[in-house]
Amino acid sequence: MPRMKSAAELEEFRQQILAQRDADQPCFTLCSGSACHATGCGPVAAAVEQELEKQGLTGKVRFRRTGCHGFCEQGPVAVIYPEGICYLKVKPEDVAEIITETIVNKKVVDRLLYVDPTTGEKATLENEIPFYKHQQRLILGLNLEIDPQSLEDYLAAGGYQALVKALFEMTPEQVVGEVKEAGLRGRGGAGFPSGVKWDFARNAPGEQKYVVVNCDEGDPGAYMDRSLMEGNPYAVLEGLMIGAYAIGASEGYVYIRQEYPLAVENLEVAIARAEEHGLLGQDILGSGFDFTVKVHRGAGAFICGEETSLLKSLEGMPGEPNARPPFPAIKGLWNKPTNINNVETWSNIPLIINRGAEFFNAIGTEGSKGTKIFSLVGKVNNTGLVEVPMGATLRDIIFKIGGGIPGDKAFKAVQTGGPSGGCLPADLLDTQVDFDELTRAGAMMGSGGMIVMDEDTCLVDLARYFLGFLSDESCGKCTPCREGIRQMLKILTRITNGQGKEGDIERLQDLAETTRGASLCALGKTAPNPVLSTLKHFRDEYEAHIHDQRCPSLSCKQLIAFHIDPEKCRACGACLRKCPAEAIDGGKKRIHVIDQDKCTRCGSCLDACPAAFGAVGKLSGEPVPAPVPEEQRAIG
Amino acid sequence: MNELLPQPEHDHFRAKAAASEHPRELIIDLLRAIQEHHGWVPDEGVELTAEILGLSPLQVEEIATFYDKIFRRPVGRKVIHYCDSICCWATGGEQVAAHLQQKLGIGPGETTADGAFTLLPSCCLGACGDAPAMMIELKLYGRLTPEKIDAALEKEKD
Repeated sequence: MPRMKSAAELEEFRQQILAQRDADQPCFTLCSGSACHATGCGPVAAAVEQELEKQGLTGKVRFRRTGCHGFCEQGPVAVIYPEGICYLKVKPEDVAEIITETIVNKKVVDRLLYVDPTTGEKATLENEIPFYKHQQRLILGLNLEIDPQSLEDYLAAGGYQALVKALFEMTPEQVVGEVKEAGLRGRGGAGFPSGVKWDFARNAPGEQKYVVVNCDEGDPGAYMDRSLMEGNPYAVLEGLMIGAYAIGASEGYVYIRQEYPLAVENLEVAIARAEEHGLLGQDILGSGFDFTVKVHRGAGAFICGEETSLLKSLEGMPGEPNARPPFPAIKGLWNKPTNINNVETWSNIPLIINRGAEFFNAIGTEGSKGTKIFSLVGKVNNTGLVEVPMGATLRDIIFKIGGGIPGDKAFKAVQTGGPSGGCLPADLLDTQVDFDELTRAGAMMGSGGMIVMDEDTCLVDLARYFLGFLSDESCGKCTPCREGIRQMLKILTRITNGQGKEGDIERLQDLAETTRGASLCALGKTAPNPVLSTLKHFRDEYEAHIHDQRCPSLSCKQLIAFHIDPEKCRACGACLRKCPAEAIDGGKKRIHVIDQDKCTRCGSCLDACPAAFGAVGKLSGEPVPAPVPEEQRAIG
Repeated sequence: MNELLPQPEHDHFRAKAAASEHPRELIIDLLRAIQEHHGWVPDEGVELTAEILGLSPLQVEEIATFYDKIFRRPVGRKVIHYCDSICCWATGGEQVAAHLQQKLGIGPGETTADGAFTLLPSCCLGACGDAPAMMIELKLYGRLTPEKIDAALEKEKD
């Protein structure tokens, strides 16, 4: 295929592709995102190819390996078209049956369907599954329709129509105006209005300007950018080109973290294919607009997700932040005006241009428009990527879509916004999720990580954990961040070890204020959030640790003890065999006893003790009962 | 693998540097290329990078030591990055780390005596839907259990 030189040629090419496609042709679609790779979609794909050949169906049945479908909990996920039948946790040995039964004989393979854990009902189609039913997948939904390496698939799904519209029907001012009117806010965390940001770069003086994609997604708990880049790289490129046209840039960079090799691979293929077809390079589609893009792989530094650090890293400097202003829009990459947005933000641009600002701003809340992708993870039944309109409640996301908490445990808190975000307790579950409401509740949107905690998670320990992470990742350039985090971590470690002191809470609050107020970049400014939000909502847990040396969640190892109830022990020996520390004394028909000095509090005995006996218990904040004297241990 | 960089790649980077308005932007790519061939980046690798890009070795060293996926010390034939981030932590990541350490007989940052594996903690691998997770080189392993870890180590061992 030679370079296409006009919008008409592109449209002709699209029509050719569509003419060759038969909507009724069976298609075996297999999710091949990183998550499904990790759970074995590779062998499943091999089995599909083999089986199609064996049954003489190669060419008659399409086989499409797509990006992430979102339901990572149940992967690998297969969807069979034209019916749209959804099979979960597919294994290589299931493939022959799916092809024979569903594709050839048009029957459903019951055992691979989703079963609702509460009602026991089965769901045949994807949108009958509660996890999908309550979502609005305007961005992520495209992942299902395309093979991320296939330009033809992207064109068949309407790709590059937005670019054509922008280049031939809109002035750059109109494009910026559309994005402003749409009310799109940056999906990377700060929530700054994208159109306004574009305008700064557009109006900044200078001939050479740059656009950059931030795919250095490092926020623990968030992986939607990975799935978008892996699953639909053309949409990111199309959004980026529209942005470049709007601000007057002819060069772009995509910064991808090193941990995302599949994203790099799919993007590089997409760039090569776009170049071949004249969708990148000089005089794109005869419009006079030139645009080239380079891929830059990171090398492991959390701070590089911060925009000024990322730009330094692109220049080949250490990825350390700069004070703003000047903002990158004025002095960015090599001191030239630069517009940087994250992957999800860029992915929204083709939608806005295609459907118009009015379509987009009708979705969402007063201050936050469109949809947002969340990664719903932690102690929740349906982990995965979830796309909902802004303004959905935490309760709907966690319980309706997420299916609640596993194992009849109680919901305790949800952490939103990664390490810089905050924890929200059960009484805030009806909070509407948008940029402003989450901030008002004491958390933040961040890039969309939503980590669910159950009753077993200690929130003081959680704050300690996050501060430990931030202490590692602080670049150390400014003192308030470097030292503030370190001192808070010291105090939190002491508290979780049972050595908390009177005044520790006040000291934490003091340090948090200083760190927040005086740090150079967002890492330090938001680092105290895990402490402040847990203190706000779970202060009693801090007090129990400090005053009573008690961990209410029975989680902090230094504050708990395991004990075998002599009344309940049946001398089965299960705990004794499992104990890795040889801390359990027992024998045939003898009550088992834990030696508290040897015990490492790993909990193996609790897991091993048969539920029918329930003899092993966890204690905190109370003395461990003295062991039964040797001579009284015989069980009659 | 004594060679720091095979000749074709050497030439490729020289040409790219000469054509680039900002040769310095190639610094991580070049260090990574050396690492891919040599296993890690020795002093000579820093010097070679500096020479190709027209920088001082100190300017390169500053970058090589800033990023934690550039190794300035020898590592095993394969590097295991186990995730110690929040989702993995909340779903048993500490047990994964403990099992790996016990199985390999090394602590974080160490290399097994046979030179097969180096063990490194890593912040979020972006595999939160499959926590707890680890990467061996660039291959992702999710929903780890002691059995799955053992199988992965067995597979990756050579």
